[in-house]
This record gives sequence, structure tokens and C-alpha cells, in this order.
Amino acid sequence: MIEWFTTVQVIVACAAGILCLVLGLIGRLPGDVSMGAVAVVELLLLVQLVMAIVAPLAGNPPSGSLAEFYIYLISALILPLAGGFWALVERNRWSTVILGGVCLAIAVMVYRMGQIWFVQGA
Amino acid sequence: MSARTNADPSTPKRRMSGVGRVLVFVYGVLALAATGRSVFQIIDRYHEAPVAFTLSALAAVVYIVATIALVAPGRVWYRVAWITISFELTGVLVIGSLSLLAPAVLGLHDIDPFGRDATVWSVYGMGYLFIPLALPVLGMLWLSRHRPPADSAGDRAGAGS
Repeated sequence: MIEWFTTVQVIVACAAGILCLVLGLIGRLPGDVSMGAVAVVELLLLVQLVMAIVAPLAGNPPSGSLAEFYIYLISALILPLAGGFWALVERNRWSTVILGGVCLAIAVMVYRMGQIWFVQGA
Repeated sequence: MSARTNADPSTPKRRMSGVGRVLVFVYGVLALAATGRSVFQIIDRYHEAPVAFTLSALAAVVYIVATIALVAPGRVWYRVAWITISFELTGVLVIGSLSLLAPAVLGLHDIDPFGRDATVWSVYGMGYLFIPLALPVLGMLWLSRHRPPADSAGDRAGAGS
């Protein structure tokens, strides 16, 4: 895990979450903007996954439990897929709110992943 | 979360429509979070705090059942939803108080809600942004406003808890 990338990821996930919440609460259906924001969050998670696989091999091991880290990462990877699927099936504004909830949950999870990697056990 | 309910034009045939979907979603995420954490705690270090970790697992199961009960139709599930949500509120209040006042009872080594012994309910769910404290209340509000349409003979007993 790389600290600045993790920080960027938390900020992007928060921003995407707030954007989707606002869009949902003013009555927008899930659309290109909200789905795009969630896609960006998912993309960053995939980059994080690649980095998490490579980092320990490149001499950057986690200070805490790698297993716990992966429970968070894999759960986080599934959430946008579930939320996006929901948004496609259930076409109403609350699906946009849920996309926002997905992004905010991911922000918290990435923050926790950062703690596990950098703080826990250090 | 918005206080408006059922702003959608579509009539709520199933119990969980409109803003209720958001409630189900948050329940689902909490169920996922509690399950992930408790499974890991039990596999990795069950001996450190067996009482707290068993409670973690119990909480996770109850959250899963509550999530299903909110979605599933019918009066039986409606009652299951009341029971599980009441259990959650009791759990977060009792365990939250114990974790602050008498952590040793739970076998906790410290009261840090983010620590390695923490459960979903430690310090009233502080490690989960107090969502475990707020959610049962919102869930009860929702349930009391959205009774199942069937004959109301048996509803009162479940709704009164």
C-alpha cells in the first residue's frame, strides 16, 4: 500500500459518495455521472488490489494482518458491483442514494485498510 | 438521510420500496462488516476474548436475519424483523454500556472501539460511526409505519415490543 495513493482514494470515494447522495436526494435517477463516479471508485480499488499483491514482493509488507486487509479489500471490491447492479435493476432516486452509500462505505473501508497496513502492529 | 418517505410515484406493494431500500442497503453493509470482522477475529484470535468474539458473531447473524426480514414479505417476517431489530437495540445498549463500564466482563483488554478486541457494539458502535445505534431506531420507525397489509389481528403483539 502506498500512503498518498490511499489518501487520494479515500478523498475520491468521499467525493463520489457525497455527489451521489446529493444527486439522489434531489431526485436524479442513476445516470452517467453517478455510475461513472462509482466506476472510478471501483477502478481505484482494482489498482489498490494490484498494488497490494505487488507491494509485499517489492519490500513493502503490511505492518498488520494481511488476511484482515484482504477481507476489507475484497468486500470493498464487491460493493460497487452490487450497488451498480441494484441501480440498473431498480430505477429510482434511492438507487442513486445507495450508490452514494456504497462510496462512503468504501471510503471508511479504505481508511481501515490503511490503518491495518501502516499502523496496526507497527 | 431524508425524512421524506415514499416520495416516489410508485406505490409500495412490497414492504421495502423507496427510501426503505436505503435502510435495507445499510443493514446489508453492516451485516457484511460484522460478518467479515467476526469471522476474522474468530479464526485469528478466538482465545483472546471469546465472549466478545462470540457476541460479534451473534451480532453478525442477527444483522443478516434482520436484513432478510426487512425484504421478505408477510407477517411472519414482519415479526422476525421486529424481534431482530429489538435485539440489536438491546445489544448495542447493553454491550455498549458494558464495554465502557466493565470491559472485563466481555473479556476486553481495552475499550478502544477500533482495537483488536472491538465488536460491532463496542462503545455503542463508535467504530462503525454509531450506525449500529441509529439503525435499529430507524428500522423500528420504518416498521411501525409500514405494517404488512394482511389482517391486523396478530400485528399488535409484534409491533408493541
